Amino acid sequence: MAEEKRGFFGRLRDRLSKTRDTLSGSVRRVFTGRSSIDDEMLEQLEETLIGADLGVEAATSIIADMRRLAKERRVYDPDAFLQLLKDELVQLLEPGDHALTWETEGGPHVTLIAGVNGSGKTTTAGKLCAHLTKQGKTVMLGAADTFRAAAVEQLTIWSERTGVPIIKHKDGADPAAVAFDAVDAAASRGVDCLLIDTAGRLHTKVNLMEELKKIQRVVGKRVPGAPNEVLLVLDATTGQNGLQQARIFTEALHVTGIVLTKLDGTAKGGIAVAIQKQLGIPIKLIGVGESVEDLQPFNAREFVEAIFN
Amino acid sequence: MFESLSKKLERAFKNLRGQGKLTEKNMKDGLQEIRMALLEADVNYKVVKQFIADVQERALGQEVLASLQPGQVIVKIVHDELVKIMGGGNAPLRLSQTPPTIIMMVGLQGQGKTTTAGKLAMHLKKQGRHPLLVGADVYRPAAIKQLEVVAEQAGVESFSLGPQADPVDICLMARGEAQMRNCDVIILDTAGRLHVDEEMMSEVRRIQSQMHPHEILFVANAMTGQDAVTSAKQFHENLPLTGVVLTQMDGDARGGAAISLIQVTGCPIKFVGTGEKLDALQAFHPQRMADQILGMGDIVSLVEQAQQVVDREQAIEFQKKARKASWDLEDFLQQMQQVKKMGNLGDLVKKIPGMSSMLGDQEFDMDELKYTEAIIYSMTKKERQNPKIINGNRRLRIADGSGTSVQDVNRLLKDFEKMKKMMKQMMKGGKRGGRRLLRMPGM
Repeated sequence: MAEEKRGFFGRLRDRLSKTRDTLSGSVRRVFTGRSSIDDEMLEQLEETLIGADLGVEAATSIIADMRRLAKERRVYDPDAFLQLLKDELVQLLEPGDHALTWETEGGPHVTLIAGVNGSGKTTTAGKLCAHLTKQGKTVMLGAADTFRAAAVEQLTIWSERTGVPIIKHKDGADPAAVAFDAVDAAASRGVDCLLIDTAGRLHTKVNLMEELKKIQRVVGKRVPGAPNEVLLVLDATTGQNGLQQARIFTEALHVTGIVLTKLDGTAKGGIAVAIQKQLGIPIKLIGVGESVEDLQPFNAREFVEAIFN
Repeated sequence: MFESLSKKLERAFKNLRGQGKLTEKNMKDGLQEIRMALLEADVNYKVVKQFIADVQERALGQEVLASLQPGQVIVKIVHDELVKIMGGGNAPLRLSQTPPTIIMMVGLQGQGKTTTAGKLAMHLKKQGRHPLLVGADVYRPAAIKQLEVVAEQAGVESFSLGPQADPVDICLMARGEAQMRNCDVIILDTAGRLHVDEEMMSEVRRIQSQMHPHEILFVANAMTGQDAVTSAKQFHENLPLTGVVLTQMDGDARGGAAISLIQVTGCPIKFVGTGEKLDALQAFHPQRMADQILGMGDIVSLVEQAQQVVDREQAIEFQKKARKASWDLEDFLQQMQQVKKMGNLGDLVKKIPGMSSMLGDQEFDMDELKYTEAIIYSMTKKERQNPKIINGNRRLRIADGSGTSVQDVNRLLKDFEKMKKMMKQMMKGGKRGGRRLLRMPGM
């Protein structure tokens, strides 16, 4: 996605302008007319973070850290304080491997895409497909969502748009069988990257989570080391349940990263901060719009800057 | 998450117990826990702030009856306030006297509009109506195809002009189609759109102004966070919404967004989506929703959640038996099998009021269920109905038959007795939270 780097900052900032206005605005409101940091101000700041879906736990601990840091460093100036908050958030978001290499020794690079219903899995698969094709890689799609009506058709349209082959079975087929066939085909045809789209499922459905485990297993049987990436697609409008989603999906699969979609609305996606903080799962991609270029690599500093500046 | 919340609330209320009068000071911790509970349930922070202030005011101004403990008073006030916010009862669909009734589904992407449209069609069909599902989402690839498949599954008519057509035209044409096909309800499935997308919002306004729908249902999923306030508000500013459908209620999201949606739109929640199948659409019950937001499950919603696999009558029978403690190993086996089908046992059990504090951190092991099942299968009918007759010889035989040890059989029998006792306590009262929560008037 390197060629998309140009304009990323501006685009993201642009897309997040709503977020920026409200968050930065309320942060500034908190500061006006104040000469020192008092409880009321910190409380308002905490509310601002909660309003961004960071959750009570993350927000409280960040504010506690801020209180301590501000005291230590004798920060009374609003701008310096805001900078401190940003640094704190960046530090929270930075750990872990946020990069996607799309490369593996031998065999195809296999990516499994999972998440709850409506988070944007198929769209993410389609956009990634377009990206990788542009990069000159040979790509294949695996349509393992055999449950939702017309999900296979939806992915097929993406395969036609991007001109990549798609491996699919009939609706209602065993998704693990589709996944195996897809990996098999990808390996024997020697494609670079295989993207497997799975059906949306609520993490509370034990049987469906077992099905996911099976998909992961059979994929690894055909190509050792696969899947190389397991991406959990998370809707940025998701509230505190996102943490539970991430937790249970991670128990079932070797989730390597989060794709945070729909950041082009007014939702702040703060739950991803809580997920990174509590579960250590890095955000790898963010979706800031409907077009293919709007699926962007994640960068902690830019993400935080775009929220505040 | 569920467990810790219930625990916290119970602990906070326990601290209040034994104190005669509610003061600002002794309520502080309890209210703080309620604030946390509501925020973790995704109730909007501004709503929470106002809410806590209201509850405090009400609690302070209220005479505490000598017979009641302060904790109970606060639980009741909080619960009542939540129910009040969410409206008294469930609101039915507005159907036009002169057909066709026009229902429009709107919302952000990925909320479940198309699935809900199908569920609604099925619901109306069951009532003897003839709905026409109209595919007006020309943007998402294969969305129209999805609607057609859903219509087929529901056994209702569908109509669209394909992805090249203008959504407004599709809707306008649908009128004639409905008349031709003798359909009395038109359900318009519009594309998911962002509330900040001016172009798309203007499209949906045009559909509205051309079609004059009787119902405009805002579809939102129960997992939505704080932003529900913003998106719902902007949709409502663009369209005269008439109701909300809360989807994906079959997960473990606490659904605090419901409060935001109701407050911002002033519309009732007309339905909740509780599963992927087309019949998984239910009326909204504010009481139950309040329980869920506060993390206090009730037996009724436990039953509802289990409805796919559990017969309702059986469940009522189970309640009766549990109350009388005439519950035997056969019932236990039956329930265990149903529960196994339902999935995560631990989460489910914790939905029973008071259970989370009784169980502590004890986890339910699904594998252990297999052994338990084997042991019960190795018993005779008589033994299952009356475990008291299981003597040493019988234990040996059961252990052999199930490939377990006598110790395992002993443990199962002991656990069963313990559970039976627990059930009895919960149903009849006598131990901690269970009774109060079950007996709380209006809960």
